[in-house]
Amino acid sequence: MGINRRDFLKLAGLLGLGGKAAFELVLPGEVEAAVARTEATGTRWAVVVDMRKLTDKVAARCIEACHSLHNVPNYLEPPDPKLALSEDLKNRWQIKWIWTDVYEHAFVGFEQDHKWDKLQGMNFLLLCNHCDNPPCVRVCPTQATYRRPDGIVMMDMHRCIGCRFCMAGCPYAARSFNWRDPRPYIAKINPNYPTREIGVVEKCLLCEERLAQGQQPACVEASGGALIFGNLNEENSPVRAALRAHYTIRRKPYLGTNPQVYYIV
Amino acid sequence: MADYKNEFGWFAPKPTVEKKIYSLKAVAVGLGIFLVVFGAPLLLNMGQVHPVPQPSLDTPAIQKLAEKERQCVEPTEWMRANHMQLLWDWREQVVRTGERYYTTSQGKKVLASLSNNCMECHSNKSQFCDQCHNYVAVAPNCWGCHLPKEQNVAKAEGK
Amino acid sequence: MLENAFVGTRRYYTLLAVLATLSAVGFLVYLKQLSFGLGITGMSRDVSWGFYIAQFTYLVGVAASAVMVVLPYYLHDYKAFGRVTILGEFLAVAAVTMCLLFIIVDLGRPDRLFNVLKYPTPNSVLFWDMIVLNGYLFLNIVCGWMVLESERHQVPPPKWLKPLILLSIPWAPSIHTVTAFLYAGLPGRGYWLTAIMAPRFLSSAFAAGPALLILLALLVRRYTKFDPGREQIQTLAKIVTYAILVNVFFFFCELFTVFYSRIPEHMDHFYYLFYGLQGKGWLVPWMWFSIVGMCLAALLMVSPKIRQNETTLALTCGLIILTTYIDKGLGLISGGFVPNPLHQVNEYVPTVPEVIITLGVWATGFLILTILYKVAVSVKEEIQA
Repeated sequence: MGINRRDFLKLAGLLGLGGKAAFELVLPGEVEAAVARTEATGTRWAVVVDMRKLTDKVAARCIEACHSLHNVPNYLEPPDPKLALSEDLKNRWQIKWIWTDVYEHAFVGFEQDHKWDKLQGMNFLLLCNHCDNPPCVRVCPTQATYRRPDGIVMMDMHRCIGCRFCMAGCPYAARSFNWRDPRPYIAKINPNYPTREIGVVEKCLLCEERLAQGQQPACVEASGGALIFGNLNEENSPVRAALRAHYTIRRKPYLGTNPQVYYIV
Repeated sequence: MADYKNEFGWFAPKPTVEKKIYSLKAVAVGLGIFLVVFGAPLLLNMGQVHPVPQPSLDTPAIQKLAEKERQCVEPTEWMRANHMQLLWDWREQVVRTGERYYTTSQGKKVLASLSNNCMECHSNKSQFCDQCHNYVAVAPNCWGCHLPKEQNVAKAEGK
Repeated sequence: MLENAFVGTRRYYTLLAVLATLSAVGFLVYLKQLSFGLGITGMSRDVSWGFYIAQFTYLVGVAASAVMVVLPYYLHDYKAFGRVTILGEFLAVAAVTMCLLFIIVDLGRPDRLFNVLKYPTPNSVLFWDMIVLNGYLFLNIVCGWMVLESERHQVPPPKWLKPLILLSIPWAPSIHTVTAFLYAGLPGRGYWLTAIMAPRFLSSAFAAGPALLILLALLVRRYTKFDPGREQIQTLAKIVTYAILVNVFFFFCELFTVFYSRIPEHMDHFYYLFYGLQGKGWLVPWMWFSIVGMCLAALLMVSPKIRQNETTLALTCGLIILTTYIDKGLGLISGGFVPNPLHQVNEYVPTVPEVIITLGVWATGFLILTILYKVAVSVKEEIQA
């Protein structure tokens, strides 16, 4: 029966974590990195964003695909005009799984006075980087957010206590908090995917529910080739091919988080 | 005065101290208030009769099944007693390990999902889940996030 | 001993009633927060911690500073402090209680609070903060209470207490160090990513805590028959002087590294706090008042004349409490989150409900403090009589 197996797994997990914890304090992230290395034969999901193909229209389609599938509330344009919010509240409560922003914001520290013409007004598609060495996972006091062996930085909304330490930890602002009940702000609820309750943190989970059924993430599917998705550990995967063929940049790589969303500019 | 460490040292024997018994009356009043407050739920509900809940199995999905196939993922008796534990296990299993299927005691593999499996058959939350939950006064917070799909079914039938 | 809390003057009961009312009002607004969510506060996706966590941080410092009276007494056998250790320990109890309450009111899901124990996670600093804070609360309740009770019965404290008292000494700086580590280990938050965060926390705590203790001691002398003593207050004043000087020094160390290196990700937070960034900066006057006031207070405290006059001492202590509070209670959290990791400036201003809940927690803390001090002072008066 499931119960015994569960208890066994729990115990095994506890013993394992005790040892891991000792490493975590002295060399945070080393354990994750080592695991990532030894699992080079397994799966390691990654995304390559091809900015040459990503027009604003495509980006909007990606965002729409993700947010409607995952019941992400829309505080900017509520379904009911009576629920309209002040500019301040829109800004404060906004929930973003995937969104766009300009070069200067997406790649802080890379801005220069005289730049490539095409960068002007180019909107980059931003999402959780599913870091190899995620600070959000390191700081979470309940393991409500954790790194799966396939690289996805996962959220267990059942366990999150809403301390928001992960939001302080994330250097990419990829995490959002439910400052209020989101349901009234979801235009059309997708009954096959849960909504969220007050007081938990949420973010992009790389469509792990779709991956489990052998599908690609919703944004990738909607992007018409602007987003490339695949297994980094597989020599011939589309992401590896894209990374071999192009010069790519990542957001804040100098922080050592080893982000796994790459941009072809 | 205050500096015992130097007067007696840390290891000096402890002199006996006279103990005082405080007012019994006050103790009795306090106890009385405690009993009333903590007994309130029992006292307030004394003598009331609640009808025994009748969870309904009358949903389109269940009706469609042949009589023989009308069984949950585990026997009804077992489900009645253990569904909460089963759902908890599913939740941990699916979210934490990514394993989305559950093998029943009869060896069948089923999708371990409240919204996308349980509620497909039991699309009548108010007539099924709520019946017993209200009777025993428990409020599981599954529905804060997961959708009962009840309205959807009603809509589909209306068409 | 607790029976002393139930007999008092009219003034004592009035004070209790006022504090209880404030705390009840705070609780009612908290119920509103529970039902609506943390959206009733001014916090946002960019400034995801606010007033609550700032108060928490400040009060951890106040709690830790109890060690400044405990250490000289128990380690250096500085007998004069025997009179005031209990005031320090009980202040720590009240402060840690407020800290824990502030953490709880800041949680999005307080109903899941015990997940921290259920899924212990040693790689999270918050897990360790939970351990050190609760440990410190326990140590101070036990040590304070047992020593006071023994004092009342004119007997030596039990033998088993000594190791606990000794343990409480290193434990005190640990609570503030761990609290600093909450912030100081986050990549991408340039304002907090500094090794001097924990030392700065400790120096401002050891200035603000004893300064508050001086004010409390003066109040106790004024309104009760128990005198904490002039020598004791003067020694505390010297501690405050050194601590505030070190705190100002640390601040300038920070400024040097940040502005001489000119790394924008560290510098921009200071620009926001002291000049404003992208046209926004409501904290600018507060921050200038804080740093100028802090330097002024440090200079004033150096002068023996001002330190030895209890009126000017009290005023300077008040200034120190205020300026360190602005630095830690307003600047630290906002400054760390603004600008955000995408270099956008979204400011944070606490809302009215948020301030009422905060006041409610403070009132609860002072209610506990009043009751504990009443017990302590009654015992001291009893012995004197």
